[in-house]
Amino acid sequence: MIEIKNLHKSYHMGKNSLHVLKGINFSVSEGEMVSIMGSSGSGKSTLLNILGILDEADEGTYTLDGTLIKNLNEKVAARYRNKFLGFIFQSFNLINYKSALENVAMPLYYQGVKRNIRTEKAMHYLEKVGLADWASHLPSELSGGQKQRVAIARALASDPKVLLADEPTGALDTKTSYEVMDLIQGINDEGKTILIVTHEEDIAHMTKRIVNLKDGLIIDDSVVNQVRAKNEAYV
Amino acid sequence: MFSLERWQEIFEAIGKNKLRTFLTGLSVASGIFILVILLAIGQGMSNGVAKEFENDATNRISVWTNVTSVEYKGMNPGRRIEMDNRDYNMAVKKNSDKIELKSGVYSRWGQLTTYKKESGSYRVEGVGGDYQFLENETLVAGRYINQNDLNYFEKNAVIGHQVFLDLFKGKNAIGEYIDIGGIKFKVVGVYTDPGGEREETRVFIPLTTAQRVYNAGDKLRSIAFTLQKHDKYKDALAASEAFSAELEADLKAKHTIAPEDNRAVNVNNTLENAKRFYDLNNMIRWFFWGVGICTIIAGVVGVSNIMLIIVKERTKEIGIRKAIGAEPWSIIGMILHESIFVTAIAGFVGLIFSLILLQLVGPFIEMDYIRNPSVDFSVAITTVIILVVAGAIAGFFPAYRAANIKPIDALRDE
Repeated sequence: MIEIKNLHKSYHMGKNSLHVLKGINFSVSEGEMVSIMGSSGSGKSTLLNILGILDEADEGTYTLDGTLIKNLNEKVAARYRNKFLGFIFQSFNLINYKSALENVAMPLYYQGVKRNIRTEKAMHYLEKVGLADWASHLPSELSGGQKQRVAIARALASDPKVLLADEPTGALDTKTSYEVMDLIQGINDEGKTILIVTHEEDIAHMTKRIVNLKDGLIIDDSVVNQVRAKNEAYV
Repeated sequence: MFSLERWQEIFEAIGKNKLRTFLTGLSVASGIFILVILLAIGQGMSNGVAKEFENDATNRISVWTNVTSVEYKGMNPGRRIEMDNRDYNMAVKKNSDKIELKSGVYSRWGQLTTYKKESGSYRVEGVGGDYQFLENETLVAGRYINQNDLNYFEKNAVIGHQVFLDLFKGKNAIGEYIDIGGIKFKVVGVYTDPGGEREETRVFIPLTTAQRVYNAGDKLRSIAFTLQKHDKYKDALAASEAFSAELEADLKAKHTIAPEDNRAVNVNNTLENAKRFYDLNNMIRWFFWGVGICTIIAGVVGVSNIMLIIVKERTKEIGIRKAIGAEPWSIIGMILHESIFVTAIAGFVGLIFSLILLQLVGPFIEMDYIRNPSVDFSVAITTVIILVVAGAIAGFFPAYRAANIKPIDALRDE
């Protein structure tokens, strides 16, 4: 599904240049649930942005579902993001003047899906995350956990190949975090490939594989025993 | 650009951002409103000034005489100069190819005029048939003085509309006899004059009759001419100035008046006044266009400013939209579509309000120098379109930039 070879990325700020990714080799096959860990500055967010076609690597190759992602213009990048990827952000990033249902329907709008079909599909995904009753509420009327569920429904709406989550539980308390992780695990059980960037050990252990990043290099990549969020006792 | 889906998306955004939409619309609408009212006032002033100059034919040249003020060839100042038919004939003969309308005038002030029990005191003027057009008068009933009246010293009279109201109280006047200073005159016509009541309290009788009944021989109080029309205003002015100067010189020579005496013979050239009028009108027009253009510029700056703020405010939203698959052009299109829609609607609302106001209030405004303020509809539409297009162009650049920010940067924007 995801194939990365010798990936390099540096940021330039004035005269200073910061080498963030120093040759990453990494692959994810379909149906996997992988967490990327590392301290801040290890390059995990940069890696996720490159995987999400939000940013481009300086060097190396990135193949997503058999498609080489390189030198895309904004238009093609947008189309690929829409087709291949679903995003879940730490700060939810819902459009605040649109209702939960409209937010979920957004990716479908950009796919050119007709309005009534859009609404129907969006409703389906809202039901899936357990928020059917909240469809007409604005994000400001929802709790953090509910917002993240809406964001997950939105990420699923375009039926992407891969879900990319950037600290999906970073803004949530433990109880809500586990509920959200339970939902994500359920989605993975249905066969969706999921990548989660996190710095929380317990969240990482709810995935099936942990990749550890340090100073722009992978220092550890190991399969772990998945902890089911549902069985965890909250602190 | 015209897909139903896009419209739905835009109406959603407009509906959810009522305050922003309202403020944008308000600034555009008030800008157009002010502009239209301003242009209308300019037009009103222009109308008002035009009205002031409407009394007489615009290319009229009037000659009248007074007492001399300069000693000349042994004659004392204070000598009264009177023109007569020979002066008139001389001028006509000499310039027959240049003159279009002509009339000698012999007038008497304050003549008691009576019809049955009604009476009034009016100015009585003996004139020729052309005088109707020299005074810019319109007949409401009957006819004007004609050549036959002049040839046979007919005692016919053409009365002003105000005289008609005073004496006849709205009843039929044509064919009735009025008494002017003890002499019966038959009313043959009633006229109106754009100069209003002051110009309509006069009675016109044939010049020859006037000279005879007032025992004036062949004396004339004044002479009035218009010259043949010229295509260009400049030519017309030059011709009429030359004519005036020549006429004045001829009359001075004939009546032995010092050339430098500017009191004895007066030649008034309305075209010179008209030039002042045209200049004034042009100035008014330029001034209001200047102010109007500045208003449009201010409006465009305002709209651009709002567009900038809108784009800035929506940067994060743009980032989200891009992350979930919006192409850059769809972002630009969405922002521009919304702003053009809002400015166009608001522009037309402002336009309609201002036009309604003008329609309701305009006709009642009849001050001396502002009259029926109105605006050319196509000009108003053009200004709305200019404002909308300029707003769109001004909004395009921030929208374009926003659409090309990398989504991660846009998402980071808090």
